[in-house]
Amino acid sequence: MSTDSVWILGTNMTPFGRYPDRDAVDLAAAAALGALDDGRVTIHDMDILGCGTLFQASAGMGQQLQKQIGQTGIPVYNVSNACATGATALRTVIMAIKAGEAEMGLAVGVEQMGKMGLLAGAEKKPSKHVFAPEGRYGAVQSVDGLLGTATMPGVFGQAGMQYAHDNDGVGFEQFAKVAYKNHKHSTLNPLAQYRKEFPLADVMGSPMMSYPNTLLMCCPTGDGAAAAVVVSGERLQSMPKRVQKRAVKVSASVLTSDPYVESGQVQPDVNTLTRRAATEAYEAAGVGPEDLDLVELHDCFATAELLHYDNLQLCEEGGAGDFIDSGAPFRDGSTPVNVSGGLISKGHPIGATGIANVYEVATHLRGEAGDRQIKRAKVGLTHVIGLGSSCGVHILEKAAV
Amino acid sequence: MAATRTTKKPAKKKKTSATRARSKPPARVPLVDYLVLGANGAYLRANECKSCGARFFDRRNACAACGGREFKKARVKSRGELVGFSIVHRAAPGIAVPFVSGIVDCGGTTVRANVIDVEADPEHVKLGMKLALATYVSGSDDDGTECVAFGYAPA
Ligand SMILES: [Zn+2]
Repeated sequence: MSTDSVWILGTNMTPFGRYPDRDAVDLAAAAALGALDDGRVTIHDMDILGCGTLFQASAGMGQQLQKQIGQTGIPVYNVSNACATGATALRTVIMAIKAGEAEMGLAVGVEQMGKMGLLAGAEKKPSKHVFAPEGRYGAVQSVDGLLGTATMPGVFGQAGMQYAHDNDGVGFEQFAKVAYKNHKHSTLNPLAQYRKEFPLADVMGSPMMSYPNTLLMCCPTGDGAAAAVVVSGERLQSMPKRVQKRAVKVSASVLTSDPYVESGQVQPDVNTLTRRAATEAYEAAGVGPEDLDLVELHDCFATAELLHYDNLQLCEEGGAGDFIDSGAPFRDGSTPVNVSGGLISKGHPIGATGIANVYEVATHLRGEAGDRQIKRAKVGLTHVIGLGSSCGVHILEKAAV
Repeated sequence: MAATRTTKKPAKKKKTSATRARSKPPARVPLVDYLVLGANGAYLRANECKSCGARFFDRRNACAACGGREFKKARVKSRGELVGFSIVHRAAPGIAVPFVSGIVDCGGTTVRANVIDVEADPEHVKLGMKLALATYVSGSDDDGTECVAFGYAPA
């Protein structure tokens, strides 16, 4: 292994779900200790801690975590980057190792969302006694529901329909098939928040949230944490062979934000930054989409997954409808996507998501995924995107040792 | 942007002038400041980058596309095509559902607004449908001032 390479030494995630009796620090500690144990190292081996959480971004979560698992005085980077928060925490540690400032580090992502609705943030302002312009658009009334929607199921519904407008063979049924697949996949994953298969007709017939996204096509809110220990190739070389064997190579780590597009001011563009991140990642790793044995991508809504088949170049340009219709992204297909159940069924505790998908891919590459193992998996890709926007892509490879 | 606002400050009226006040049309304000309620019809007005032509509905310190720092006002075409939509069935309390949130391409400037005067179901809302800007009163305040909102109706 090359000395300037970067590796995942240990990784862990809590089952996703609801933890009314534990707080975010407990969840972060469980995943962090799990990842350290998995890598057969301790907090005293860590040179840096990257900690991601979105809703408690100002809580000093990394330092709170240290008080649970070891206050060793190392630098802590608390990060918050929408739904790419976990991936950003991981990439912070990777950058420190690449820069030569650290040999080994711990990345943790955590979120405790409880049962908050997806509609939070869209609260209607109390009606004004006398109209007075407010904000950057000089609005005299709340515009949500008057000038379209800014809620997540709606924004991603619109993104899906934009894709349907531009490409043939894409409609409600193709989007619904995505959710059918991910619910089906989740039945094999003991860490998933939901583990129930639904017939396609039930997915399409469940309560409509924002057409074309029905309730079963939306990710739930939930709690959970995930962690990874990252190590330099040089340090890994000095470790026992049995440790090296389970290490997973980080072949690419990319973070992008959304470049200017004309329509971006009214409808977030989730495509351009994802396509750019994927292109950069494939180039850095020296692999192509055809080399991927599995992909964990950001299916916050069923419509989103379909777009990302195209953005990650898993299918021909414009061909995402045919791709799902062909069965390619099912676990027995040519490019298994979200065999964990994805955000739709595994769950989406926001800060944890971008490390949980690394846990998933690494576990398959190690051949330790149990019932849901993708056989002979050697290369995998993880993807997250948060509106605003931020996109993280990591490509992982099985150790050649 | 506040400086360009033309909204009249509602004056306090004496009780004796109430009858006369009622006979006048109520004062109207646009829902957002990029909606212009012109004498010859309403239209949307964007801040256009003088260097590259990129348009923004809010103020920008510099252009997000090219970094240019000079802008001029530009009138957005009122006719457009529906290029994306969602039919929203769940929304925050107080918002009437279902409604159609539309992404409308108005001759190269993309606008988000409700698609109005159409049944809110996928049988009636069609990608590619031709639309035109339309205004309506979305509410009034305690002084009787009316808020004028915009949407896009089938053209
Ligand atoms: Zn410009």
